[in-house]
Amino acid sequence: MKIQEYTQSKYNFEECMKCTVCTAYCPVLQVNPLFPGPKQCGPDEERLRLKDPYFFNTALKYCMNCKRCEVACPSGVNVAALIQSARIHYDHTPPKVRDRILASTDFMGKMARPVAPVVNAVTGLGITKTVLDATLKIDHRRSFPRYSGSSFTAWLKRHRKEQAAFEEQAAYFHGCYVNYNHPQLGKDLVKVLNALGVGVQLLEKEKCCGIAMIVNGMSARAARNASVNIASIRKAVDKGLKVLSTSSTCVLTLRDEYPELLGIDNDSVREDILLATRFIFERMEAGATLHFRPDYHRRIAYHVPCHLEKLGWGVFSERLLRRIPGVEFTLLDSNCCGIAGTYGFKKENYEAAQNIGAPLFDQIRSVDPEVVACDCETCKWQIEMSTGYPVMNPISILAEALE
Amino acid sequence: MIKNTHTMNPNEFDVIIIGGGITGAGTQRDCAMRGLKTLLIERSDIATGATGRNHGLLHSGARYAVNDSESAEECIRENRILRKIAAHCIDETGGLFITLPEDDPEYQNTFVESCLRAGIEAEVIDPELARRWEPTVNQNLTGAVKVPDASIDPFRLCAANMLDAKLRGGQVRLHTTVTGFIKEGDTVRGVHTRNAQTGQVNDFYARIIVNAGGVWAQEIAAMAGAQISLYPAKGSLLIFAHRVNKHVINRCRKPSNADILVPGDTVCIVGTTSSRIPLDACDEVAVTPEEVNLLITEGSKLAPVLSSTRILRAYAGVRPLISTDKDDSGRNITRGFVILDHESRDGIKGLVSICGGKLTTYRLMAEKTTDLLCRKLGNEKKCMTAVSPLPGSEEGSYEKVAQKIWETPSTAQKAAAFRMGTRAFRMRSSDRWNDALVCKCEEVSVGEINGAIERMDASTLTDLRRRTRLGMGPCQGEFCACRAAGLLAASHGCIDREREDLNQFLQERWKGNFPIGWGDTLREAEYTQWVYKFVLGL
Repeated sequence: MKIQEYTQSKYNFEECMKCTVCTAYCPVLQVNPLFPGPKQCGPDEERLRLKDPYFFNTALKYCMNCKRCEVACPSGVNVAALIQSARIHYDHTPPKVRDRILASTDFMGKMARPVAPVVNAVTGLGITKTVLDATLKIDHRRSFPRYSGSSFTAWLKRHRKEQAAFEEQAAYFHGCYVNYNHPQLGKDLVKVLNALGVGVQLLEKEKCCGIAMIVNGMSARAARNASVNIASIRKAVDKGLKVLSTSSTCVLTLRDEYPELLGIDNDSVREDILLATRFIFERMEAGATLHFRPDYHRRIAYHVPCHLEKLGWGVFSERLLRRIPGVEFTLLDSNCCGIAGTYGFKKENYEAAQNIGAPLFDQIRSVDPEVVACDCETCKWQIEMSTGYPVMNPISILAEALE
Repeated sequence: MIKNTHTMNPNEFDVIIIGGGITGAGTQRDCAMRGLKTLLIERSDIATGATGRNHGLLHSGARYAVNDSESAEECIRENRILRKIAAHCIDETGGLFITLPEDDPEYQNTFVESCLRAGIEAEVIDPELARRWEPTVNQNLTGAVKVPDASIDPFRLCAANMLDAKLRGGQVRLHTTVTGFIKEGDTVRGVHTRNAQTGQVNDFYARIIVNAGGVWAQEIAAMAGAQISLYPAKGSLLIFAHRVNKHVINRCRKPSNADILVPGDTVCIVGTTSSRIPLDACDEVAVTPEEVNLLITEGSKLAPVLSSTRILRAYAGVRPLISTDKDDSGRNITRGFVILDHESRDGIKGLVSICGGKLTTYRLMAEKTTDLLCRKLGNEKKCMTAVSPLPGSEEGSYEKVAQKIWETPSTAQKAAAFRMGTRAFRMRSSDRWNDALVCKCEEVSVGEINGAIERMDASTLTDLRRRTRLGMGPCQGEFCACRAAGLLAASHGCIDREREDLNQFLQERWKGNFPIGWGDTLREAEYTQWVYKFVLGL
C-alpha cells in the first residue's frame, strides 16, 4: 500500500467537509433546540470524544437514528452510526424501566398475546394512559399498537405443508410487529409470494432484530439477538433461500446496524437479506406476473420511511404500487413522520415527534387519499394516530389487489 | 530598592522584556510577582516563534537522559512543578519509549539506568501491556518503557503567564516592533518602538531590558551593539486531524528524526526533522516535500495507522540554539539555556539576553533571569513561580471545574473548561448568545472569543486562534473565521481592517495545508475557497 494513498477513520468521520447539509436535513434539529445536530454530535464531537470520553454529550439521546443525515451527506460519513456508536460506548447510564419496556417488543408481545383483548382494552383507556404517563413517562396522547390474539408463527406452522409444496422457497423474517400485532401482513405476504409460485418458511430461530434495544442503551442484548438471527439466516442462505422482511427497519438493522453498531459480521449473508417488495419487483422484472383484479380501485399516497430512504429501496415499493391497475398514486414528499420507533412514545419527545411529522401530516390531509401506503409499522402508528387516515403496507395493498 | 511605581513616568519601567514567547512571558510573570513594574513588547503575537512551533511536549527529561543528564534533571524537576502550577495547560497523558525490531535492544537498559540516575520514573513494561494501553502503537514493538511525559499547550501556557503578569500590574504591547535602543554612553536606557497595526511610534524607558527574542535575539542584541551567535535549527512537524494515540510515543534510541508522536488537545503531532538554516531565513520557513515524506514514513513506524490518517497541516519552527560565549565553532551547542549579562560580557549596561532552552524549562529560565535582574536592581524578593498556580490552574482537573460551573455541562462547556481551567467561571452567563458556537470543530463559543478579545489582547483572527483554538480543527477556518471576524469587527469597529485580517488568516491556514495538499484536506481547502470566494465574494 502506498502511504497516504487513502485515509481511513471510524465511520469515515474525517471525510466530513463541514458542509452542514446533514444539519439542514436533520428533522430533530428543526424542532428541538436542545439537540446540537448531526454534524456537531457526529464528526465534530468525535474528535473530542477521542481525546477523552468525558466529552460525551448527553444530548446525543435526542438523535432518533432516522439516518436522514447519512442520506444527505455528500462525503459518505456515517453520521447516525457515529452518534449511536458513541451512545453505545460512552453513555453508561442504565436504561430506564420505561426504555426497557419499550425496547422489549418481543417480550411484551409474548406476554400480551394470550390476553390480547384485555391488553388492548386496557391500553386504550384514558386512565391507563394517564397512569403510564405519570409513572413511566410514556406520553398519554400516544395510542398504543394493538396486540393480536394469535401469532403469525402459529398460523404459518399450521400451513407448513402447503407452503413446502412450492418448488421455490423464501424465508421470512416476520419481526415482532407481524408476529404479535398484525399477523395479517404476514398472511398477505404469503398470498403474494404464493401467487408468484414461491412458498414461505420461517427461519429456524428468530429473535427481535434489536433496533429498539440499540437505541435504548441495551446493545448487549441486541448483540445476543443479532447472533441468533444471523446464525439462522446463514442456515437459510446456505440452503439457497433469500431472507425477506416486510419491515424496512428490520431489514436495515439486519443488513447495516449489525456490522456497524454491534460488530456482528454478516458479510456472507447481507446481500440475501431483502425487503419483500424488492424481491417481488425483481421477480416481475425477470418475467413473473401477478394477476390483479380488473375492478380494483384505490387512491394511494405513498410515504417512504426514513430507513427505506437510507437503503435506497423506496423505489421498489413505489414501482410495484404503480403497476397495480386502478391505483391512483401520489408519492409524498420526503419527510420524517417523527415517531422513529420508540422515540415518539417518550413523554420528553412527544412534542418534537408531532412537530417533525407536521409537514407530512399536512400533505396527507391535502392529498386526501383513501389509504396511505408505508413499509414501516411505527410510521403507520404515527400517521394513523396523527391524521386519522388508514395506513397499509404495500404488500397488503398488493394482496388486496390480487385476483 | 525599587522606586515607588506611582511616581514613575507612564513610559518608564523597571524592566522591559522584548519577546512574547514563553521565555519572555515567564520572565514578565516572575518580575511582576516580585513587585517590578514591567512592560513586554512583542513585534507580532504571543508564541509566534519556537514557543508555538514545536510538539507541545512536556518533557520528562527521558529524551535527554542518556546524552545530557543536566537537561534531563532540569526537565523532570520542572515537569513536576508545571503539573502543579500550569494544570490547565497540561494533559497528563504519560509517555512510552518503544523499542522496535530494528533498534538496538541494549539501548533500553542504558536508557532506563540514565533516567533513574536523573530522577525520572522510568518503568519497563511488558510489550503486551503497551499494546493494550496503546492499541495504535506499532504492534511489532519488542520493548516499552513508561515515563512521565505529558502534553502541554504552549499558547495557553504563554497566555496564562502574560495574563498573570498583567493582573499584577504588568503591561503588554503586542504587534509592536523594537526599532532601536536608546543609549546613554555604554548604558541602554530604553527602546524606540513602532506599532505594526497603527504605525504609532513610542519610546519606553527601563532600568533593565531583557532580550528574550528567541531566534531573533541575535538581531535585537546587535541593535544594542552586542554580539550573540545563534545556530538556528529548523524542525518540521505534521498535525494529524484527530488523536490516534493516548500516550506520548517516543522511539527508545538515540534522538533522531520524526520519532515523537504527541497527542495534543484534539489532534496528534509527529516530528521533528532537524536541519540548520541561515539566520536570515528564520522569518519564512517552509516544510519541504522530502520532510513531509520523512515524517509520514518515520511516524508510521511509531503508529502504523498514521500512514492512512488524515493530515491537517504541516508546520516548521526554528530552535534558537546558542553557541556559548563567542565560540563560533558550534562545538558547544547545548539544549540548555544561557543568560548573557551584556554588562560583564560586552560592557553594555542595562541589557540582559536569555537564549536557548526548552518549553519545559521556561520557568527555570525565567527564575534565573529574574534572579539576575533582582540582584542588579537591589530587589530581594524570592521567586514564587514554582508554587503559585497560573490563572486558570487553581483547580486540578477540568472535570471538576466544569461540574462546579454547570450542572450538566455540554460538550462545548466541557471544552471551555479544558482550555480555560478556572477562568471558565467567567463563562457562566444567562445570556444564551454567549453559548452560541463560533468554532464548531473545537467548540469555541461567542463568550470565549469575546473574553479573548477583551482580556487577552487578541486583535486579529490569528491572535484568537492561539488563545482559543479557533480554526485549528479539520475545517481550518472554513466556517468559524467569518463568524469570529464579525465579533472582531464589532470590537474594533473597522470592517475593512477585518476583511483584510480574514484574508490573511485564510492565507495562513492555506500555508499549512499546502505541503500536505491532497485527499480530504485538499477537498476541504477547495471547499473553503468556494465559500469565501464565490459565496462571500472575498
